Amino acid sequence: MVTKEKNRIRVMTGNEACAEGALAAGCRFFAGYPITPSSEIAEILSRELPKVGGKFIQMEDEIAAMGAVIGASLAGSKSLTATSGPGFSLKQENIGYASMAEVPCVIVNVMRGGPSTGLPTLPSQSDVMQARWGTHGDHPIIALAPSSVRESFDWTVRAFNLSETYRVPVVLLLDEIVGHTSEKVVLPDTSEIQIVERQKGDPKNKDYLPYKQTESDIPPMISFGEGIRFHVTGLCHDETGFPTNDSQKIDLLLRRLNRKIERYRDQITDNQRDQLDDADVAVFAYGSTSRSARWAVRRAREEGLRVGLFRPIVLWPFPEDEVFSIAQKVHHIIVPEMNLGQMAHEVEWASRGSTDVIRINRIDGDPVRPQVILEKIKEVA
Amino acid sequence: MSFRTEIRLSGEGGQGLVLAGKVLAEAAAIYDDKNATQSQSYGPEARGGASRSEVIISDDEIDYPKAVNLDLLLALTQESCSRYWKDLKDDGILLVDSDSVKDIPEGSFKVFKVPIIAIAEQEVGKALVANIVALGIITGLAKVVSEEAVEAAILARVPKGTEELNVKAFKAGLQAAKDLS
Repeated sequence: MVTKEKNRIRVMTGNEACAEGALAAGCRFFAGYPITPSSEIAEILSRELPKVGGKFIQMEDEIAAMGAVIGASLAGSKSLTATSGPGFSLKQENIGYASMAEVPCVIVNVMRGGPSTGLPTLPSQSDVMQARWGTHGDHPIIALAPSSVRESFDWTVRAFNLSETYRVPVVLLLDEIVGHTSEKVVLPDTSEIQIVERQKGDPKNKDYLPYKQTESDIPPMISFGEGIRFHVTGLCHDETGFPTNDSQKIDLLLRRLNRKIERYRDQITDNQRDQLDDADVAVFAYGSTSRSARWAVRRAREEGLRVGLFRPIVLWPFPEDEVFSIAQKVHHIIVPEMNLGQMAHEVEWASRGSTDVIRINRIDGDPVRPQVILEKIKEVA
Repeated sequence: MSFRTEIRLSGEGGQGLVLAGKVLAEAAAIYDDKNATQSQSYGPEARGGASRSEVIISDDEIDYPKAVNLDLLLALTQESCSRYWKDLKDDGILLVDSDSVKDIPEGSFKVFKVPIIAIAEQEVGKALVANIVALGIITGLAKVVSEEAVEAAILARVPKGTEELNVKAFKAGLQAAKDLS
């Protein structure tokens, strides 16, 4: 990475921006296991975290790294791990634990081709469903998909903010193109960056209940080591944190866990709408593929075609109301993605049969070409 | 009218093509105030295997960061030349290492044959800097980034202690480009 101090212009990759975003957000703990195409994030943080009093640990494997991240967060540190497809699979059990025990943490998955070890060095978007349902059980999760270097920085900060606000693991889905592409960028000054801290409980309060049913649905946290001992478990638990088989308490817990994302959906969700107002055709695209889509939409507009772009940056919770409302107005929604239609399926469901959903799928490690999207727009417009 | 220049550097893993691409993008973006992206595609091997590095330079926002219609293709191996020449624009530039690429495709694009690796080895003293020699030739041929910008970007990027060697390689490349015209 090269910097010209005078005007703060830099050329850096999405992975570098992600590591800088984590530091800016106040991340002070990283545990991980290196894997292409995410390794630069670990490499940079191994160098930079000690300089700011943080800790970096390369663990023996991915699930152990996820465990260390959960432990560090319970002790009060904003915590991060970074991985790619196969490593993301290995972390799933402990991601579920973080969901259940409401431990804030950020998991970066720089997506590469799968299944299995698949295509280590080539891009894909085939983990978007795994980000939602990779771990078992009805669990809350948030997943984000930036599309540029600048967004990788901004959305890493936002991932921590969301995670700390809602006590939920947040999955940041980069892909190999976003992670490895070098791009010209000016990062915001630290004074311009909004940072959110978790809501803390009072460590002197002897009646502290770590999983109290509060009005907000988000119980305040006390860090391990601050003076109050409490129990954390992956088993269904009551307000004390100890396991329970009481059906009423189980129901209260699991409904609250899922409700806390559902009820704040409007604060969490974020998307970019481009020229949709008078559109007859919409393109639904996310991550690096949205860049191909933006090019295609611009060219189609130049040719007089009424087409717009809907780009969810927050993939989960899924923007179902927004997609439904677009589906009422357009006769086709085109969904290009580097998988066999994982989000297209959600778009079809959210459209409830009110529009035709057209898929463009590329799974050979090459990105969806802008020209292919443009041709499809022309075909259906 | 906005411009978009697409450059692909291709060869084998280990030839420093990703670094060369980054230097070119940094030269354009930081020192020449243009927009630039650099991306890459390579196999899982540490060395060998096909490798390519792509640089887009534009005065507009760059939506799609990959190269589709090449203004310039550098091929350091026969395999990469045979694989990618079809992506060249009609008036594009094909630059090949003349010792490695013997089978030159026919087309309306301009072809420049230069013993890039041999220049690095014999004139500069290290085959390792063939990527920087190539950068010098590309700077001279493509005229999309200034010599000063590329030199500044090289100095900012290369490991300490190798600056002199790399600048020598860059100048050798610039000279080779001059000899071609």
